[in-house]
Amino acid sequence: MASVIQPEIAPGTVRTVPSLLSIHEVAKSFGPTPVLRNISLDIAEGEFLTILGESGSGKTTLLRIIGGFETADSGKILMGGERLDPLPPYRRRVNTVFQHYALFPHLTVEENVGYGLRVAKVSREELASRVEQALAMVKMTAYAGSKPSKISGGQQQRVALARALVNRPQLLLLDEPLSALDANLRRQMQVELKSLQREVGISFVFVTHDQDEAMVMSDRIALLRLGELEQVASPREIYSRPATAYTAQFIGHTNLLRGEVKGGIVRCHSLSWRVDLPDGPVLFSLRPENIRFAAGPLGSNAVHFRARLRTRIFHGATELLQAECADGLVLSLRTASYDNRHGDLDLEFAPADAIPVRDSDDLKNRN
Amino acid sequence: MFSRAYRAAITIPPLLWVALFLLLPYALLFCYSFWSVSPAQMIVRSWTLNNYRELFRVNVYLQTLFRSMWIAARVTIFSLLLGYPLAYYLSFGAGVKKDFLYQLVIIPLWVSYLVRAYAWKTILGSDGVLNTLLQYVHLTSHPLNFLLYSPFAVVLTLTHIYTPFAFLPIYAALEHIPRNLIEASHDLGAPPLQTFRRVILPLSIPGVLAGATFAFVLSLGDFLAPLLLGGPSGIMISNIVVSLFGAAYNWPLGAAISFGMLVLVIGLLFLSERLEKKWSFR
Repeated sequence: MASVIQPEIAPGTVRTVPSLLSIHEVAKSFGPTPVLRNISLDIAEGEFLTILGESGSGKTTLLRIIGGFETADSGKILMGGERLDPLPPYRRRVNTVFQHYALFPHLTVEENVGYGLRVAKVSREELASRVEQALAMVKMTAYAGSKPSKISGGQQQRVALARALVNRPQLLLLDEPLSALDANLRRQMQVELKSLQREVGISFVFVTHDQDEAMVMSDRIALLRLGELEQVASPREIYSRPATAYTAQFIGHTNLLRGEVKGGIVRCHSLSWRVDLPDGPVLFSLRPENIRFAAGPLGSNAVHFRARLRTRIFHGATELLQAECADGLVLSLRTASYDNRHGDLDLEFAPADAIPVRDSDDLKNRN
Repeated sequence: MFSRAYRAAITIPPLLWVALFLLLPYALLFCYSFWSVSPAQMIVRSWTLNNYRELFRVNVYLQTLFRSMWIAARVTIFSLLLGYPLAYYLSFGAGVKKDFLYQLVIIPLWVSYLVRAYAWKTILGSDGVLNTLLQYVHLTSHPLNFLLYSPFAVVLTLTHIYTPFAFLPIYAALEHIPRNLIEASHDLGAPPLQTFRRVILPLSIPGVLAGATFAFVLSLGDFLAPLLLGGPSGIMISNIVVSLFGAAYNWPLGAAISFGMLVLVIGLLFLSERLEKKWSFR
């Protein structure tokens, strides 16, 4: 798991920041294919919200509806309390960083950045100083006179960002802006983009299919699946308390344990522990890092079991092990890579780390 | 990569073709332009610059050249005025009808030039469709004569014939503009008209230049439209060349005019290519 840089908001904290953008029950179909169903989402002022989803989940369409490049079939969007959705894109106080940057090839870097201000008929002096500031902010001052075709992908990315931010939008939309960059530059830009967002205090809506990226950058993640919101929560919460099996699997690795609750005791293969759940079938998500080697004598309330090591996958600082219990149940666990145990392992986990999740298979079979 | 024999086999035939049917005739033309005609109507193969002096000495040649350029310029302007909006509409506004409309623009190119020129003759003539109609609705009492056998008829016909040639490169240029640039422009606050002026138009300039070059060069050298529809006031430079090579039997002077035209056109093509390079950003 990538390190998680998190804002100072504990899970469960109630936000009091006023909402900037409200999406109400937006739906959209392309022909007979529904792309978005019943999306409702609030974006707070100064928030970094990531719309995360696989390809085909509708995330780009949702962003394009906010930007005004697509029209929703139903529902409405409010910004600062006023209807946004009837306005054409050029009247929205929203700017976009496009996936392939979309810099104007016939204009220099400087002219690209100044485009919105020139259209808005900002005075010559103000235009010059704001463009200069914006270029300095993304460290592109040295390339002011270059044509976009003469600068690298990462630099084009910065120019696209400056071109959008120089207009001081209330909301910035970013459509997979880092997807064309190589891995190292990408990680560097993630951090830069996040700190830039803190600095300017503008709300960002960031679209990506990369869950690590979403974790590193976001205040909140809106996980989109087959056109529906699966879960909206802070990265910490969405990781530690996934609502559905899909969320648990999509964000990080997990073990899904299917069991049966009877009289406050859950039985899952040969494992059992005490839960506060009603009787019936149940599904748990148990993160690999929450399974550990049993430390000492049995005791506490940890669930203890024994499993045989099957495979180990080296990940650098950590290693992912697969261990099989006597009853055939295979579990993944994450350990520090210097651990050299093999053969039969004595393992345990805390019942509180097994999170009951909603089964997502009903969704999977619906289309 | 390929064997020598293979490369020779594929390059020699076209080179021979070009040498035999293009370079050799041009070389002959070039020689002729320095020869002369004896009073007994024989070609005298001794070198002289008289033909080129004649070009500048006799007014009618330069006058006709300027008239041809003026006609070609008008044809160019009208072809662009018709071709650009058409290309714009097809590229941005036509939606699913695009391919069908594109074919409608192309189909006239399959019809013989001669047929299209004759069609205008029947439309514009004194007993033609247009005059008959105007008299029928009593807009005029007698046929309008300026319609046919005038520079107007030539410009009209050539515009009709060469508009597709202006349209095609403009359409290609518009089709090549990434659509996200237009979205980016809207996103940055520019309404459609400003987006056109600041993004679409500058990016389509290479197409406009190519289209203008086609229309101008092709109509500058045209001789059929002025022959059929131009009348005495609509004569163009190619008609003079034709008569010099024909009835007047002065091949050397005809060759000199042709060579002058060739140099002029090559100069134009060179200029147009330089400008297109300057306006392309890829």
